[in-house]
Order: sequence, then structure tokens, then C-alpha cells
Amino acid sequence: MNDNAIVVQGLHKSFGDVHAVKGIDLEVERATVYGLLGPNGAGKTTTVRVLTTILHPDQGSASVLGLDVVDDAQAVRERIGLAGQYAAIDEHLTGRENLRLAGNLSHLPKALTRQRAGDLLERFGLADAADRPANTYSGGMRRRLDLAAALVHRPPVLFLDEPTTGLDPASRKDLWGVIDELVADGTTVLLTTQYLEEADRLAKRLAVIDLGVVIAEGTPQELKARMGGTVIDVGFADHETATNAAIVVRSAPELDAQDEDIRVDGSMIELAVDDGPKTAIVLLRTLDANSLTPTTLAVREPSLDDVFLTLTGHKAEDGADHANLAERGAA
Amino acid sequence: MSETTATNSAETAASLAPIVDGSPPTAHKSRLYWAFDDAKTVAWRNLLKYVRVPQLIVFSTIQPIMFVLLFRYVFGGAINTGPIPYVDYLMPGIFVQTVLFGATSTGIGLAEDANTGLLERFRSLPMARSAVLTGRTLADVVRNFLVVILMVVVGYLVGFRFHGTIAESTLAILLVVLFGYAFSWVAALIGLRASTPEAAQAATFPVLFPLVFASSAFVPTATMPTWLQAFANNQPVSIVINASRQLVLGGYIEDNRLYVGVNWFDVGLAVLWMIGITAVFAPLAVRAYRKKVS
Repeated sequence: MNDNAIVVQGLHKSFGDVHAVKGIDLEVERATVYGLLGPNGAGKTTTVRVLTTILHPDQGSASVLGLDVVDDAQAVRERIGLAGQYAAIDEHLTGRENLRLAGNLSHLPKALTRQRAGDLLERFGLADAADRPANTYSGGMRRRLDLAAALVHRPPVLFLDEPTTGLDPASRKDLWGVIDELVADGTTVLLTTQYLEEADRLAKRLAVIDLGVVIAEGTPQELKARMGGTVIDVGFADHETATNAAIVVRSAPELDAQDEDIRVDGSMIELAVDDGPKTAIVLLRTLDANSLTPTTLAVREPSLDDVFLTLTGHKAEDGADHANLAERGAA
Repeated sequence: MSETTATNSAETAASLAPIVDGSPPTAHKSRLYWAFDDAKTVAWRNLLKYVRVPQLIVFSTIQPIMFVLLFRYVFGGAINTGPIPYVDYLMPGIFVQTVLFGATSTGIGLAEDANTGLLERFRSLPMARSAVLTGRTLADVVRNFLVVILMVVVGYLVGFRFHGTIAESTLAILLVVLFGYAFSWVAALIGLRASTPEAAQAATFPVLFPLVFASSAFVPTATMPTWLQAFANNQPVSIVINASRQLVLGGYIEDNRLYVGVNWFDVGLAVLWMIGITAVFAPLAVRAYRKKVS
């Protein structure tokens, strides 16, 4: 039996003049989380919509559990769950009624739907609110209800399109826990996200997508390795000092730094190196010799933010950055 | 959620577990069975909204009630309807106007579902493709029926009476409600083509306005200029109103006299229009739904 739950080959999809997806290939191993990482408009959602039979591909093919998403669309629909960025629930229905709606339309036997609805409400901490209309729910509760609706028919393959966008850090961690549990039980999850931290935390493998093509693929560790072993962040009083420091570092023969390894970000410089602690000593000596005094210093593993910048030459997304900052602030 | 995880993780693991090997738990029945069952489920979902927010039905009667009062007591005295009281002439027109404006909610509701992402979820489910639309239009028939009954009560309060047999009276109401159903497919098409619920509402109005007002709903068309009469006499809204009015009166008006007995050719023509509108617009709406991606 094929070990891949999802296979995408040469997928193309255009909307008028907009080429949303321009030749994407993916292979997702069973019972793992696969991350699709990229900014808004990269083609992540379009890929998910093709895989969930909502859109037909222009070219190429896609299959879920060996079933073609065009030719065997009905069989695919019986085996997948989709939870999206916008909680796709009916505001006027109660939580329980929303799950019954999803179960009935998934063609489950009615008694089974009722039982599953009860179990899921319990499991997602919605039992107390089960018989209240969903328009009284908080954002986090709506998202949990949406995910529960996608799980009513116990799908072996789950598509999560930016499931944590707009969630507070606590709700996000809760959702990560649920995903861990689902995967441990054998669910295959395809997850799209703008949050690099999320992909790093959940995905066994991931594809970085930009402008409709996969620009990098591998495990989070492999992608980080592309950055060199470590990153040194040095903060200065202002942007001007940081710029001067970057010039000094670039021209210092003892550091042997390549241009692409150095980046100035506000009043910070980032230096990607192979041997962090050792280079840090040399770096501080060099800065000191040039009368440049750092205000902060950190030696760390490269983040996927760094990877994305290195691969695309631009940041993942402004919105994501703000959210990350907000999260760091809250944490 | 976190406290639940902590207390009964063993039990909960079972409730999340996917069906990895073996068939999905779906009940396999014929496509026709599911087309009906899914439509029923979607209709149930849409009707629950009116149970939760009954104001939606109450408010949708306010505008027609104002029209009743306006035409019955303000304009009515100046309108000559010959051998029959104006209120008996007016009310069948009001019934049809009510269901047509009510049908607008079909389009608005679909545009809302597209915006909230609900249509997208529906499209990823193994449900019958047709059910989102048939369920929605069926729910709107039930809603329209309730609203028309309310308007009959309002009519009785201002002096309106059925003059035909019980069968004719029932048929008069049935005709109106079924015409509302046919038109809800037009509204569905507009709603699915519109980008927002507001756009759906705005786009439906210019279609409805000439149909409702350049018709025999409020005044006999004989007083209109000839070019307008040509439209007003032959457009579907007038044809349905005329048929319903005959059933209400238990007779027809000719040369300013009321003749007892219904002209069944006129009723048949109205039924043909409903079938025609549904036959054209239902497939167009289904196609628009298939193409729709929110």
C-alpha cells in the first residue's frame, strides 16, 4: 500500500489572469502533519481547495488516499475533513445543531451523528454551551466548533487552512494539542499557515510556497540547516549604528562573512554562522575594536522566519509578523 | 478544552480517532434519496433561523402591511375597480408582492453563506450538490406560506373576503406561494452572482420593482398608457395576480361586470409561467453554485 496519503503532481490553477498555483508537487506521508507555509496569496488555499474537491485543477493531478480528487470526488469527500480560516458554522444554530448538520450532510446514520455530536462537544469543552446559538460563542469556541464539525465523520485526512489565524496564544496551544492527538491516532493533516513557529512545532515535513510554486521542501531541521548552524543577533542603540556595524562585520577578514549571511533589521544585525559561540567572541572583539557597543546579544538556532527571508528575499507576511510580536508580548 | 483533556484523555482519544482502515461510516443509499434527505436537512437548518429570530418573519410583514394601509385607505378611493370592492382587488396583488419581496431573502441568505465560508464547507461534504439550493428554496416556501397567511389575516381586518369556494381560495394561496418558489430561483441566481449580501439585495430590487408595479397588482392596467399595458398585461406577475384574483373572487371581470366562475385557462397560464421560470432559472442557479467559490 502506498504510504502517501496525499499526492499532488504538477498542479496548476488560474483565476482569469491570476495564476494562483503554477506547478506544485507534494507528497504527504500518512499519519503525519505536512505544513504548507507561505504568505497570503502564495497559493496555499487554492491548493487546499483543489484537494478538498471544491476547485477543479486546470492542469496536473491530485489524489487523496489514492482517490483522484476529480474522478473520485465523492469518495474523497467521504474521507476528508476541512476546517478553515473562517469558522464555517451557522450562527443561528446551536453548537449541537451545527454538528448534526455536518453529520447529516456527511450521510452518517442519524443515531451515530447524535452520539458523535455529543462526544465532540464534550471533547472540545463545548458541552456547557452545546445548546446555545453559536452567535453567543467566543472566537476560540467558534473555531473549536468548526474543527469539531470537520471531525464528525472521523476523516482519516484533515485539511486545516490557517486554523489558528486570529486565535489567542492559549487557544492556539489547545488546538496544537488536538492536532498532536489526531496524528497520534493516525490522521493525516495538511496544514497551511503563515506562522513559521506553528509549522516548526507541528509539521514533520513542510513546503514553503511563494507565488504559486514550492521554493523549498523538507523537514523543518533541513530547512533550518540551509541557514547555517546558528544565528547571532546583535542589537544596537539605533539603525545608523547597526548599519555601521554591518559594514564593519562585512569587511572584517577574521569573520569571513558572506554578504548574504548578514542582515540589518531596524537597530539589529543578524549574522548566520556555522559556529555560533566561537564566532560570537571574534565578533565582539571586532565590534569593540571599532568602538561599537552592542545593547543586546543572542546566539540562537535559525527560525523559519530566517529561512523564509533567505529563500524569498522578503518577509513571510506583515500580518504574521505583527501577530508573532503580539504573541511574544503576551507570552 | 484543556481541563477536559486532563480529566478523561483515555475516553476522548477514542472520540477523536479517525477511521484509518476500512470504509467511512457513511450510510449508502441512492442518489435520489440523498437529494431529498440533504434538501430536508438544509431546509431544517434554514427554518431554524426563523425559529431563533422570529422577528425576521414579523418584520417581513411590516412593509406589505404598510402597502395594504396605503392602498386601502389613501389611494384606494381614487382607484376604480368597477363591480368589486377595491380591497378584494388589492389583496391578491399584495400577496404576490409579499412573496416576491420575500424571495429576495433566498438570494441574500445564499450570499451570506458564501461570505461566512459555509458554502465552501458544504462543497467539501459528500452531500447532494443540489441540496444547498433546493433546501434553501424549500425553507423559503414555508416562510412565504406563513407570511401570506399573516397577510390574509391582515386583509380580513381591513375588509377583504374570499368569495369563491374553499378549494378556489386554497388554490389562490397555493398559486401565490408556488410563484414565490419559482421566483426564489431567480433570487438564488442573483445572490450567487453577487459578491455580498448587500449587493444581492441591491441587485434584486431593480428586477422586482417594474414587475410588481407595472402590473395589475394595485390598479387595473386599462388606465396605463398603451405601450405600458402591452408589458403589464403579459408579464408573469400580472398573469399570476389575475389568476389568483379570479380564484379569490370566484369569478372574473369583463366589461366592468363580474362573471361567476373561474377562467381555468388563466390559471393554467399562470402555472405554465411558474414551471417555465423554474425550468430556466433553477439550472442556472445550480450552475452558478457550482462555480461559486467564496
